[in-house]
Amino acid sequence: MTFLYAAAIAAYSGCGLYLMLSRHVVRIILGLALLTNGAIFLIFFSGRIGSMVPAVIPLGDQELALDAANSLPQALALTAIVIGFALTAFAVALLVAAYKRLDTLDAREMTAAEDMGSPFLPPGGRPEPAVKPAEEPAAAGKKSDEVKTNG
Amino acid sequence: MRSIILVASTRIFFIAMVVVSLWILLRGHNEPGGGFIGGLMGAAAFATLAFAAGVDDARKMLRIHPAVLMGVGLVLAAVSGLPGVFLNGSYLQHQWLEVPLGLFDLKLGTTLVFDIGVYFVVIGGVLSFMFRLYEEDQG
Amino acid sequence: MADQLDLLWPVLIPIMTAALAACFWYNIKAQRIISFIGLVLLFAASVKLTMTVVEHGVIAKQFGGWAPPFGISFVADPLAAALVAITGLLALTVGIFGFYDVRARHERAGFYPLFHGMITGVNGAFLTGDAFNLYVWFEVMLVTSLGLLVISRSREQLDGTIKYGILNLFGTILFLIGLALLYGATGTLNMADLARVLPGMTMTPGLMTAAMLFLAAFAIKAGLFPLFFWLPASYHTATFAVGAIFAGLLTKVGVYATFRTFTLLFLIEGDTLRYVFTFIAAMTMITGVFGAAVQWNIRRILSFHIISQIGYMLMGLAIATPIAWAGAAFYIIHHIIVKANLFLLAGAIRAAGGSDDLRKTGGLLKSHPWLAVLFLIPALSLAGLPPLSGFWAKFLVIDASLRAEYYGLAAVALVVGVLTLFSMMKIWMEAFWKASPVKPSRRRYVPVAFIIPIVMLGAVTMTIGLFAEPFVTFARDAGEVLVDPPLYIAPVFGAEAAAEAGALISGEAIEADIIENGAAEGVEEEVR
Repeated sequence: MTFLYAAAIAAYSGCGLYLMLSRHVVRIILGLALLTNGAIFLIFFSGRIGSMVPAVIPLGDQELALDAANSLPQALALTAIVIGFALTAFAVALLVAAYKRLDTLDAREMTAAEDMGSPFLPPGGRPEPAVKPAEEPAAAGKKSDEVKTNG
Repeated sequence: MRSIILVASTRIFFIAMVVVSLWILLRGHNEPGGGFIGGLMGAAAFATLAFAAGVDDARKMLRIHPAVLMGVGLVLAAVSGLPGVFLNGSYLQHQWLEVPLGLFDLKLGTTLVFDIGVYFVVIGGVLSFMFRLYEEDQG
Repeated sequence: MADQLDLLWPVLIPIMTAALAACFWYNIKAQRIISFIGLVLLFAASVKLTMTVVEHGVIAKQFGGWAPPFGISFVADPLAAALVAITGLLALTVGIFGFYDVRARHERAGFYPLFHGMITGVNGAFLTGDAFNLYVWFEVMLVTSLGLLVISRSREQLDGTIKYGILNLFGTILFLIGLALLYGATGTLNMADLARVLPGMTMTPGLMTAAMLFLAAFAIKAGLFPLFFWLPASYHTATFAVGAIFAGLLTKVGVYATFRTFTLLFLIEGDTLRYVFTFIAAMTMITGVFGAAVQWNIRRILSFHIISQIGYMLMGLAIATPIAWAGAAFYIIHHIIVKANLFLLAGAIRAAGGSDDLRKTGGLLKSHPWLAVLFLIPALSLAGLPPLSGFWAKFLVIDASLRAEYYGLAAVALVVGVLTLFSMMKIWMEAFWKASPVKPSRRRYVPVAFIIPIVMLGAVTMTIGLFAEPFVTFARDAGEVLVDPPLYIAPVFGAEAAAEAGALISGEAIEADIIENGAAEGVEEEVR
């Protein structure tokens, strides 16, 4: 049983790390979400899966039953799930906004911040390609295709 | 892709979901449930409405900005801990008040205020993301 | 009892301010008033907390009336209290700076709730005595800082925020995995409880992994040597007020967490851990300062200097003697003030010269001579020139490293100090001395709201520099608590448990001495 849990955690974390190595930012976010899930399983399993009795005081009793499950890892896991959910939601919203402004989700093409005051560029920043505005829609379409295939 | 069937049935389901979410919120202290799960269900109700009938309708139904809801919830949750400071010297130590109502005792606690606060924070938090994402999608 | 409640207010006040500001989402004027009142109250509360800690020593508080290992405890030792006080001061000054710097559309995008939410996360992280709670505060800080960083929605900010967000998110996940392993091994996550339990345990591979995961996670948060790339990729894109508070506080939360973990939970006693820390400290100092040398954007130069300065703090941790830790504590406090001030000055230079690219600005000495003076105070302090605060900070740390016979580390620190001076002089020469490359079309004014906070923070730097004595004494106290975990355990679990833990720790040290050879014993003697 222990091996099964360990294998599941390893699978989650492995997939998460693999996705994080991608240049496509959406995949990185998915990888982070998977890795978070791996961590949550690890917390849950750190509390040892022993008892199956829920850690709820039965109606009329004053104390928790002795064989009740450890409630602390459950609380920790729940907190981590909530936080992971909120951060993933935020990251997705950020990506949507970024895609609208930057026209790309390929990490190689995201250089707007890096170009500010860079010693490798002229003071005015990265020179804009002169033809760009004219064929904007076509270029954007091509770019997103490219991301889909090789990202 | 606005479907009349979806929009019409959502109006009914919306009410049912909000009622159930309130019920789950209130049963939360002694049984499974509570502010967080209730809040998620409430948010799901508004999200379904926004999905079917559009974000504008859902915003109108909510009446206030989701961020305001989050703020109100946070204030409620933070304030619910204060009685403990003055009565026991310990923040978030919850206080109970039993109101006899003849047939049964109504047990009111500051935990209820806390739970309602969490309920609002969750609805506000989820919806502020959800609405924005739907709007980006539609416009 | 009443004193212990001081622990509550530095966290509760910003939460309430953020919540109330969010309640008035459409009423910007009300938000401004609430925010300012909140900042003043926060500053008062944090000063009160520091005074209580100075008077009574370490104080602790359990929330919800639960007994120690079960409930969440908040603990304030001198280091944490001082950091909370500095946070209060910085929030207030940046709040004043924000009167002009924060635009109406930032306010509509929720600047005030996010700002106070971030302060909540920072103060919570400083004060919490529970490792899992620390994770929660990290995430509060992360999500609000993401919102603040991207508040203008410009291309640069979106790009910077994605890098900042992804790498920091990865860091917190590493922290979470470390917590899971630690919990699996010890069954507790209360820091004082961990400090009680861990000295009696053998270092299993699981515990070692947890320690290294903590180090990696905090290294990302603090911007340590191989993991700092997110920092210079994002900080220079923020608005000036946001950039200043980020530069001052966020990385220092990571540094504080590193200190807490490796003085309380995993002790730097073995040579391996010490070697790792020494190496990281030296490399952090060197890479940071060389990274800064080639840049042209003022805030990018300063961002790289954050990294090199954090190397000095880690150097204090690596040496692991009481005076080194005291020096590092002094360094953290000095650095928060100076670095935030420099980021604010970058805003003032931008307002006066029209650009924050050094190649496109110049001639400010003639047009704004007083700004040049105000710039020199934190700039020379950062480089470590007497009689400013940076001199004492560098002096304490380098003195400690010489005493502990870390000559290489001391040499690196001195050379990096000179290179820092070079960078500051580069900004000075380009922005102030050189003639302006473009003919200014009109005279530019620096708003008063920019000058007040810069003068305030500059005055604090001067005060620490000229009257260093009480601050050094305070840093010594902070170092004492870091050296002596029982002082941290006692307020949470009572004196008896602390004495037991103390016996266990010293017993462990003696045992280690016997096992290792005599040379290690000599070093150990000197450390105690």
